[in-house]
Amino acid sequence: MSSTAPSHLHLAVALDGTGWHPASWREPVARPRDLFTAGYWADLVAEAERGLLDFVTLEDGLGLQSSHYGEPDDRTDQVRGRLDAVLIASRIAPLTRHIGLVPTVIATHTEPFHISKAIATLDYVSTGRAGLRVQITARPHEADHFGRRTFPPISLEELRTPAGQERLTELFDEAADYVEVVRRLWDSWEDGAEIRDAATGRFIDRDKLHYIDFEGKHFSVKGPSITPRPPQGQPLVTALAHQTVPYRLVARQADIGYVTPHDAEQARAIVAEIRAEQEAAARGDELLHVFGDLVVFLDDAQAAAEDRRARLDALAGESYTSDARVFAGTPSQLADLLQELAAEGLSGFRLRPAVAGHDLPAITQGLVPELQARGAFRTAYEADTLRGLLGLPRPASRYAAATA
Amino acid sequence: MSKPLKQIHLAAHFPGVNNTTVWSDPAAGSHIEFDSFVRFAQTAERAKFDFLFLAEGLRLREQGGKIYDLDVVGRPDTFTVLAALAAVTEHLGLTGTINSTFNEPYEVARQFAGLDHLSGGRSAWNVVTSWDAFTGENFRRGGFLPQTERYSRAKEFLATANELFDSWHGDEIVADQATGVFLRDAKAGAFVHSGQHFDIRGQFNVPRSPQGRPVIFQAGDSDEGREFAASSADAIFSRYATLEGGRAFYTDVKNRLAKYGRRHDELLILPAASFVLADTDEEAGELAKEVRRQQVSGATAIKHLEFVWNRDLSSYDPEGPLPDIDPDLSADHISKGRAQVRMYRDPLATAREWRELAAAHNWSIRDLVIETGNRQNFIGSPATVARTINEYVQADASDGFILVPHITPTGLDDFADKVVPLLQEQGVFRTDYEGPTLRHHLGLAHPDELRGEERAAS
Repeated sequence: MSSTAPSHLHLAVALDGTGWHPASWREPVARPRDLFTAGYWADLVAEAERGLLDFVTLEDGLGLQSSHYGEPDDRTDQVRGRLDAVLIASRIAPLTRHIGLVPTVIATHTEPFHISKAIATLDYVSTGRAGLRVQITARPHEADHFGRRTFPPISLEELRTPAGQERLTELFDEAADYVEVVRRLWDSWEDGAEIRDAATGRFIDRDKLHYIDFEGKHFSVKGPSITPRPPQGQPLVTALAHQTVPYRLVARQADIGYVTPHDAEQARAIVAEIRAEQEAAARGDELLHVFGDLVVFLDDAQAAAEDRRARLDALAGESYTSDARVFAGTPSQLADLLQELAAEGLSGFRLRPAVAGHDLPAITQGLVPELQARGAFRTAYEADTLRGLLGLPRPASRYAAATA
Repeated sequence: MSKPLKQIHLAAHFPGVNNTTVWSDPAAGSHIEFDSFVRFAQTAERAKFDFLFLAEGLRLREQGGKIYDLDVVGRPDTFTVLAALAAVTEHLGLTGTINSTFNEPYEVARQFAGLDHLSGGRSAWNVVTSWDAFTGENFRRGGFLPQTERYSRAKEFLATANELFDSWHGDEIVADQATGVFLRDAKAGAFVHSGQHFDIRGQFNVPRSPQGRPVIFQAGDSDEGREFAASSADAIFSRYATLEGGRAFYTDVKNRLAKYGRRHDELLILPAASFVLADTDEEAGELAKEVRRQQVSGATAIKHLEFVWNRDLSSYDPEGPLPDIDPDLSADHISKGRAQVRMYRDPLATAREWRELAAAHNWSIRDLVIETGNRQNFIGSPATVARTINEYVQADASDGFILVPHITPTGLDDFADKVVPLLQEQGVFRTDYEGPTLRHHLGLAHPDELRGEERAAS
């Protein structure tokens, strides 16, 4: 179990290219030419680990980035192109020791069997620090990259209409099935299934391997996994959620939900809704973290942070907006805000650095010491696994219970 | 007049999930903990090997309706473990087997391009095909194919992946912080592919990787498989590691290259090869027999006999005679998820032949399986093994070998320490890496150079 004090916050950083501001790549610290090298990612994750952060998430996508939700934008003035997040996480795993690695996986067009063994393997290569962030895509141009389904055109506005909600519900239901398959496959080998019994010549006790026999609307998967149960048993499952449909996915299937309250009142309401869904999903007795997402511009003086934001907005030609609240200020002000939001039931935060090369070190070297001084953040890693850092016990395989 | 000496290519196959791998040996370590992969890969790199090779299987094997439990069971995800190995090696090529039936080109191309970026140009893809509904039960594609379509899908899959790799040319990313131009071309990565198996369009989202494309391996042995390799592969992972068999295969495949406008040196032939080393040839011979008995326990012998008989033979004594009853030709095959059972095309004839062999030599079931199964390819002192390997390569039985040790993860150590220095002394194996990418190690041109030649020729 975790020794994290109850007043301690959990902190993660969301890594995406050179940072979340679309002009971030133009900052001198940004290293945009290194984006497709292992060294770039290794340096960022090493900095996050120096700051004792719980984990990093890695964004991903099955198409070029776009400033439009539903279609490519043909822009040439922003970062375009990205590497597979699971592979980046795996490439970094042997170079780090404590920090959790949580790549994004897109449930809509990929195979749960492949992703289950990929994250299990990430858990092996990181000795127990793997997780995933599950995401859906409704974008028709990304569906065209696979050619197996045709999605009608969609915009953010249309997603808010009843028809759009119906499409989202469908995709999130598929994602829930996807996570169910991934999780069953992780459990499909009980612990201790490898016996190496020289007397009988058996390498495994096959009674401890299980078919998962999942049958759903979008896919059926037989199992068992080809990969033995990973070190954490169940690597972490996380999801970003902005409204009821995805809150339900978080409540049914996740260990952490990332939410985007813009103030304390919203935070309270979101947490209440997720907790109610959690009860409805009969998971009321399980630890489910709700983290707040914030975009951060961090400097020693508030004016410096605001100036930087204005300068980047000017370079981008428009002011930056986000689904998450955008914070520009000092480490002390940010610590105040995090504690205020935490009081409403958030157990941690996933910070999105506006400029990775600037705001990540500002988090690790500014915010973290500030929170430590307030007794609100760890001063050393207290566990060897990501579940351990988050106070989540290592669960037994669901199939072990059935045969015990 | 003598030909210049060929340089030998060597690779290390991580021990697989079949009875070649001896898990019961006291020296045998984990097959799943990352430390085993690190140990194995770093040994291969210390020995200046060209690459590490990883196999894949997407459903656990079954026999008689039960998960097969006598061999190593369980392995990691190919891409994920290779990406992690890129962090603990600097030069070693990283070859992964990835199925073209249970994947989609956009995703696989992203993963190989990503692995190539993250390893600084060391990725290779062994393209395999599958058709069985048994494996398909693990996939949303439900995907299985009529056997006749598997190569047409594999060919189109690879061609499509190549279109995606080539959709970026390498000069699109400007990233000029002063002017604010990140991309030279808004349509970078644009592709359209419309074919029998894939109908896809859009923009690929991984810029061109150091090697342009991963090195392509092919492993099939049928006529179709050989044509596929001759038309599209950079190397073949073959199973002909004998002098005569190797030369015949080598000649056959290399002669197919011309019709695709390719030169002999554009396709390497690299058979899988097992080995047993000891101080003397005699000791190695004894050790090889011992290892064969470890590889074929009594229980394993019965299971292998079932491949041919296609019946439950568990009541037979492995130390006793072969069954009198004939193979069952009527039932579904007793073994699922295993390619090798297709070798026995005429089970009645095989059974007859085996009974005769056993009677002539007074062999038990276990003796028969040991004797008719795969003997190790190279057995002897380091000097003998080094000399033999070099002879085979110089005689065009192959361009090198993919070595398959029987112990994880230390089974490569003796070869690295004792055989490699002898090959280096003979001037037929590198003493250090001469370039950063796997294409450098294998002497293969960058795809851009080949495309340049095409352009110049047209």
